[in-house]
Amino acid sequence: MSTGNPFAEGTEDIARKRLIGRAFVAICFASTLVGIVALVALIADVLVESWGWVTWEFLTYPPSQVIENFLPGGRGAGIYPALVGSIFLIALTAVFTVFLGVGAAVYLEEYASENRLTSFIEANIANLAGVPSIVYGLLGLAIFVRSVQLGSSLIAGALTLTLLILPIVIVSTQEALRSVPDSQRQAAYGVGATQWQVIRDVVLPRALPGIMTGTILSLSRAIGETAPILMVGAATSLFVAPDGLTAPFSAMPMMIFEWASRPDPEFQHVAAAGIVVLLTILLLMNAVAILIRNRYDPRS
Amino acid sequence: MSDDDPMNITAGSSGSIDDRKNAAIRYVFFSCAFVTVLTTLGIILVLVQGSIEFFQHVSIVEYLTETEWSPVISPHSYGVLPLVWGTLVITIGSALIAIPVGTATAIYLSEYADPQVRKTVKPTLEILAGIPTIVYGFFALSFITPLIQRFYPETGTFNAAAGAIVVGIMIIPMVSSLSEDAMSAVPDDLRNAAYGLGATKFEVSTSVVVPASLSGVIASYILALSRAIGETMAVTLAAGMHPQITVDPLEPIQTMTAYMVQIGISDVSVGSIGYQSLFAVGLTLFVMTLSMNLLSLWIKSRYREEYQ
Amino acid sequence: MNTNGGGPRTVSKPKVSDDETSSAVAGDERRSGSRVVDPVIESRDLDVYYGDDQALHGIDMDIPERQVTALIGPSGCGKSTFLRSINRMNDLIDIARVEGDLRFHGKNVYDDDVDPVALRRKIGMVFQKPNPFPKSIYDNVAYGLRVQGKDVDVDEQVHTALERAALLDEVEDQLDSSGLDLSGGQQQRLCIARAIAPDPEVILMDEPASALDPVATSKIEDLVEELAESYTVVIVTHNMQQAARISDKTAVFLTGGHLVEFDDTNKIFENPESDRVEDYITGKFG
Repeated sequence: MSTGNPFAEGTEDIARKRLIGRAFVAICFASTLVGIVALVALIADVLVESWGWVTWEFLTYPPSQVIENFLPGGRGAGIYPALVGSIFLIALTAVFTVFLGVGAAVYLEEYASENRLTSFIEANIANLAGVPSIVYGLLGLAIFVRSVQLGSSLIAGALTLTLLILPIVIVSTQEALRSVPDSQRQAAYGVGATQWQVIRDVVLPRALPGIMTGTILSLSRAIGETAPILMVGAATSLFVAPDGLTAPFSAMPMMIFEWASRPDPEFQHVAAAGIVVLLTILLLMNAVAILIRNRYDPRS
Repeated sequence: MSDDDPMNITAGSSGSIDDRKNAAIRYVFFSCAFVTVLTTLGIILVLVQGSIEFFQHVSIVEYLTETEWSPVISPHSYGVLPLVWGTLVITIGSALIAIPVGTATAIYLSEYADPQVRKTVKPTLEILAGIPTIVYGFFALSFITPLIQRFYPETGTFNAAAGAIVVGIMIIPMVSSLSEDAMSAVPDDLRNAAYGLGATKFEVSTSVVVPASLSGVIASYILALSRAIGETMAVTLAAGMHPQITVDPLEPIQTMTAYMVQIGISDVSVGSIGYQSLFAVGLTLFVMTLSMNLLSLWIKSRYREEYQ
Repeated sequence: MNTNGGGPRTVSKPKVSDDETSSAVAGDERRSGSRVVDPVIESRDLDVYYGDDQALHGIDMDIPERQVTALIGPSGCGKSTFLRSINRMNDLIDIARVEGDLRFHGKNVYDDDVDPVALRRKIGMVFQKPNPFPKSIYDNVAYGLRVQGKDVDVDEQVHTALERAALLDEVEDQLDSSGLDLSGGQQQRLCIARAIAPDPEVILMDEPASALDPVATSKIEDLVEELAESYTVVIVTHNMQQAARISDKTAVFLTGGHLVEFDDTNKIFENPESDRVEDYITGKFG
């Protein structure tokens, strides 16, 4: 009597469910692969299309309407003004965002009391992060370019990008500030420091790696943005790098857009070459951010 | 606004602190935070003001009901519906890709994958969200559309399908990462309870974990959709600049954002109806994404399950 | 193996008096009674390892049908590990490994042809912390029935289970509201209703009252005794008074995963064989 399997009942049902389960896992796994395959395809596509087009000349020459100029042995043509324009643009954006972003985060984390105004500001920041970037472009166009009459200038582009990434920088800086233990603040207050001294001498130095990581990652988003600077009026046919804050400017994503929209299929290779340069800079920025995080992460 | 003052305070002895200076520092920081409020106000003001100018020339009824959009080239027509349609096609098309793929990815990573695999795959997928959207536009033109043309040779260079596909790929990580976060937050107690009742792993995943994390999962969908609505460069390059209401995904279309790009790169003069239409379309877009974002926040707070 | 044949579990066990200080004679009767009835669960030389650590050493135990068997011992003694090895919940921990036999009606549950899912349908479980699903009260109780595809009247079974778990009166009007809206004690009774709704043979309880206040605890204790009329109950507790009050058999685990003594509860609490058990029960350590 004891040899029977008391678990025989319902085994068919379980076997059927296990089969469905296996199919389900297979589908889930395949779905995971979809994203990875798409990423690989995208990178491979860019690399293949750009193969042989990323040259020293490409980095150091202004663009040209004539495809032959981009080719080896041609007169030389490339992304130089846009590359320099992007670097200037990001440097300027960095200055504005660090000042505004850290200032706003310090206010919200260290000064603000928990009242309606504070929660309104925080909710507002969360909402701003969801506003499409092209809408920021309209804001920049109407305010900085027209009303303030900065024109389609480097500084108008930088201010627009600043407003765009400000919500992300504030949130990441708040997180960095929050990670500073309260005991550190208490210790500084205990020796008679003022609130500003505590923030300057204790909180900010401790939070600095986190602030830098978050800011660099936000800037790496800004450098790839096209729509806002397009609305502000970034140029596509500049042959010189910007030489002042109010000078007209070009930027890499804008150049890539211009090249990719050309009907001439050869220009697809030029666009791909521009993407390689853009992605390389993005990669470098991310690497620096991760390096800082790993180096100074208090958890490691 | 001078930030020299705070530096001077501590230069001397800390015994002689000027309260007014401390208040000034506080004020500087507050101003920084207030910039975000000004940004919102600025956006609303700019969009509303431009729209008011636009609607002095165009009736709101025509704007919302006409099915032709041609504000710059005569015969003029100011019906926004083709642009809204274009945006909806891209949004729905990309959702059809990103929601199933992203959800299944989240379930795989949260419930089935080895922790080491999850730690590698999740950030890898998030790279997709970090790639500039202009790159997706290029990818659509140089890879996706030629791929479609292999099966449907009559497909043109610009088509809605390619746009929906690249936007779908772009927002996969929004769905997968945020949903995975929600699923991982489901306590193991609930999984054990289901196993204890004789549930298979498949049932634990689908009838316990997914329902328990539903609010977070749906919030991720809405955020992803909102992102798709506002997506600009990829759809401009992939789907074209041809405003029309069509159900054929292989036809070119124009989204609201692509129209704004079209005006942005053209020589439309300030004060012209084309310039003003930018703000009317921008306001329409802003209202759509804002309501999606608010909806997502509301769902999250309304249905946040309280686990002890 | 079940001497009650295929009959439904309506036969009540020999009436256990509510008086927990019944004489040793009664205990002996019960013990001899349990020897007549074949045990539902037999553990033979059971070892459990977590990676390189051995959590249980050669456990031998016969768990009698329709009685309450308490597993007691200091924390880390392996009592919960033993409980979880009965319905193979330890399978869910990657590094767990089991050696030896654990028989359910004579069948080793660790045999290759035993599906842990089928096993858990026979052996229900109630956990330390109340863990209702974030679903309605009704759906919580019906979950096991649905998962197991039981061909029963779900409505009726849900009501019966809630009644047996002494919860029906309190929730009858709010079956559609979330199980998470209940108090802690109610949640735990909901979890008990959920466990008994599919009508398992054995119910494993892992310190089911440890997260509850005294009033809720006493309700759970009453419930456990009633459940033993229809089910075999194995309960882990860190509370010796609780074990003494509600169990028929008590197993004492001491540090290092050894089963030191297993006998009738009265015997354990009044006249334990082992000095270490006596020290533990009298509170000299633990």
